Amino acid sequence: MKRFEGLPRDIIALRVSQEIQEGAYVNLGIGIPTLVGNWILGRDIFLQSEIGMLKTGPLAEGDEYDQDLINASCQPVTELPGTAYFDICDSFAMIRGGHVDVTVMGAFQVSKAGDFASWSNPERGLGQVGNIGGSMDLAVGAERLFIAMEHTTRKGAPKIVEELTYPATGMGKVSLIFTDLAVIEVSGDGLILKEVYPGLSAEDIQSVTEPTLILSPDLKEIAL
Amino acid sequence: MNKLFSSAEEAIRDVREGSMIAVGGFFAAGVPRTLLQALIAKGVKDLTIACGSGPLLGASELMAELVENQQIRKVIDSYALPRSMSKGLEDPFEQQVRAGRIELEVIPMGTLAEKYRAAGAGIPAFYSPTGVGSILERESITNIADNVVPKETRVIDGKEYVLEHALRPDIALVHAYMGDSEGNLRYRKTARNFNHVMATAGKITIAEVEHLVEPGEIDSDDIHTPGIFVQRVVQVPRLTYQCGIA
Repeated sequence: MKRFEGLPRDIIALRVSQEIQEGAYVNLGIGIPTLVGNWILGRDIFLQSEIGMLKTGPLAEGDEYDQDLINASCQPVTELPGTAYFDICDSFAMIRGGHVDVTVMGAFQVSKAGDFASWSNPERGLGQVGNIGGSMDLAVGAERLFIAMEHTTRKGAPKIVEELTYPATGMGKVSLIFTDLAVIEVSGDGLILKEVYPGLSAEDIQSVTEPTLILSPDLKEIAL
Repeated sequence: MNKLFSSAEEAIRDVREGSMIAVGGFFAAGVPRTLLQALIAKGVKDLTIACGSGPLLGASELMAELVENQQIRKVIDSYALPRSMSKGLEDPFEQQVRAGRIELEVIPMGTLAEKYRAAGAGIPAFYSPTGVGSILERESITNIADNVVPKETRVIDGKEYVLEHALRPDIALVHAYMGDSEGNLRYRKTARNFNHVMATAGKITIAEVEHLVEPGEIDSDDIHTPGIFVQRVVQVPRLTYQCGIA
């Protein structure tokens, strides 16, 4: 299998951050999505953390550390003027009830139809069980759902596939896919290749992507 | 009314074998560690531990003891396993799950929150959109094949929903920053998480509090869990721990 060098994880997160509009309420999943938080400082964007926090501040450093103040990835964070705390049912009323504008999650696979799989890795050999966390609630409630992930597995297998072979998290909900190699939009007609890693061609991206990509009329290199 | 107990051991003295015990906390934050230590010291077995989001990953040293003492029959949680495959293979809880000696039932976090809320609010079951299109619209997710339960779905206004039942623990163990002898509780920052809703769900709710105050000392506008939901209160030291999960 072919493998290309692309954007590092924190730069994928930077590209995601550019797609988030001012005034948005945003939930960031574990992994690359969490790194998006580093790129929105000073912007008018509110991070919702499913542990029960709105307007989550940057990661805590030094004596800012407070063991009662963590994000949903168990990282110590800080509060900002206007931060709110609430209980878990209110948190999921925000999430499931459609109040969150943008949700960013990682995935093992995304399909042509915008289905995605993120909670159970069959290779782990644990059968049906895995860590669902808040992912399925986030998926059903998401107004816009972005996936941020590596374009292929470590072995080079495509993670953007015709049909999911891993257990689904949500169906037909993904709107944009951000990888180390490309930005792809999920549309009713199929997957539209919008941006490619500088130096790579559309054919290169197609060679590591299962479904046939539609080339955007304004296909361009990823600009940061 | 005085709900005060002199020690965590005293507060959990009558917890019986085979009980379902809800444990508050979200990873490391807001876990009732002192009550769990008392449960370990008591050694009561055959427990079902009902969680919200990985309190036993956040307090992994306590989980290791519960596993070593063979006190757990089943864990209900949304996120109970170490994130990485390699760390999972060394994890005593995951090893027992793999061997089929402890049951793990996995439920989405928001559904789990609502199952506790429903139990506390007298609602037997509810329809949720969460899980439609996944395994969960057909059946429950557990490592013990014989315990898989089929799910019901229903179309409401043209959309499909899954029927979820209330989850009513025998005992709820919760952690609060402040509490009074009448059971009023106030939490601190993200350590609130599942503690409030579990307090409403427990047949008996036992709260450990870092600061014990007189009734009236928590401003009435600032009480997060009114005392009616709390049967027992015990004062505990503020333990320090590192945040982070394997």
